[in-house]
Amino acid sequence: MTGRALKLDPIACDGHGICAELLPERIALDDWGYPAVDPRPISGDLLLDAKRAVAFCPALALRLEKVAASLDGRFGVRRRGSA
Amino acid sequence: MSPTLISQARPGQVQPRSTGQSPGPAAPDGLPRLLATRPDLAGHLATLGPLPPVGPELMVWAARAGLTGRGGAAFPTHRKLEAVAGRRGPRVTVANGTEGEPMSAKDKTLLLQAPHLVLDGLDAAARTMRAGRRIVCIEKGNPAVYASIRQALAERRDDGIEVALTPRRYVTGQEAALVDLINGGPGRPTLKRPFEKGVGGRPTLLDNVETLAHLGLIARFGPDWYRRVGTTDSPGSALVTVGGATARPGVMEIALGTPLHRILEMAQASRPRGLLIGGYFGRWIPGRAAADLTLDTASLGRYGAGLGCGVIAVIDDDSCAVAELARVAAWYAASSAGQCGACTWGLRDLAAATTAVQAGSPDRGATSDIHRWTAMVKGRGACRLPDGAAAFLESGMAVFSEEIAEHQAGHCRRPDRHLLPAPAPEAWR
Repeated sequence: MTGRALKLDPIACDGHGICAELLPERIALDDWGYPAVDPRPISGDLLLDAKRAVAFCPALALRLEKVAASLDGRFGVRRRGSA
Repeated sequence: MSPTLISQARPGQVQPRSTGQSPGPAAPDGLPRLLATRPDLAGHLATLGPLPPVGPELMVWAARAGLTGRGGAAFPTHRKLEAVAGRRGPRVTVANGTEGEPMSAKDKTLLLQAPHLVLDGLDAAARTMRAGRRIVCIEKGNPAVYASIRQALAERRDDGIEVALTPRRYVTGQEAALVDLINGGPGRPTLKRPFEKGVGGRPTLLDNVETLAHLGLIARFGPDWYRRVGTTDSPGSALVTVGGATARPGVMEIALGTPLHRILEMAQASRPRGLLIGGYFGRWIPGRAAADLTLDTASLGRYGAGLGCGVIAVIDDDSCAVAELARVAAWYAASSAGQCGACTWGLRDLAAATTAVQAGSPDRGATSDIHRWTAMVKGRGACRLPDGAAAFLESGMAVFSEEIAEHQAGHCRRPDRHLLPAPAPEAWR
């Protein structure tokens, strides 16, 4: 079973903030106007809003990624490479 | 910081010579291991013998040895090797000797005292993955280290290993950033994963020079020998740089699991009020932890710390810790690549807030800002710079809470001793 989760490219992101207006349930702006994105999978009605947030980002910094469920049924997001 | 070199060999230790049964010199017994060899090729071969033929089994040996990275992340080395070996096409191996942590001198020491062991490790890693291209990276401004590598390469008849000089910038030592630099870019962190797409777009292995040096020993003497020193969960030896309020700072090779107080004694450290473990990317622990803490994963883990790049810095009762926190917070802000909003602005604001605490103000706003912003910047960047700043400041605020209260009351009686250096990074081009 897979789900879809929002993934932000923090380099591309310019802090426009449109995403947070379109999906306040999952995206909040920090003290500097940049989005903090909830990494949990999105389903149902929210998925439509998530797709709009992805489409409306002027910096193309958001995308929806397939997320695989782990054996215990929870979802994990693929990690970026090590620092 | 120019390194004071201390290689600690156990007194009375004898290096047994070969009795003729097994060819070549015997494996180092106890310590030193990395620092046992000599910088010249003839001396190196006389001490350790030549690098034997290497195949894919070295990856298994690295796994059995439990070798983990010595650059700071402590990632299992065999998994990196396997990840790159498993990709198609020509592979690249990079020895990361950039050592961007301002207090760390272990990698420079290793490249000065044992360049051939590092190059052996680089060759061994390349051969086990069947990679062709090998590159050594060091920061500009270290002429002795550069000369040491060039001399070693000349002695090896320069078998194609390239040397890349990097600008003095902490984030450029991060794997993806280093790949970006080698590829001709400015050396900013990217979201590409080097094991998939690295130098020239090829699968690339990047390892710290100390990690490769250990690999060069494991290739000769095997994983069981490697485990004869250290503990079960933290096998082997490691290089540490001890500094701060110490009379005898410098680099030492230690067995993992060594009690911290022994290392502090060797460095003739003042009685610690607080200790920074793992450099600026590490964490502060209270001075009393030195009584029972040993340098291994389990013991350090109880304090939420890790060995990291091996820097151990001592703050004593005679030094203003908040001044050090403010200085390093400013260094963190200056080190940002300026790509990610939370890092660029968050680290700038954290530096300002820490300076405000240092300046002394009865208003509790600055300290609550620090707590709020350290939580806010974690995990928000393309690299882990903001996480490093957050851990450094959070742990510092906890360990030095009494002194912070003194600053807020307007009376810190301790002078700023500049124990923690904060060199300005080279400007981005």
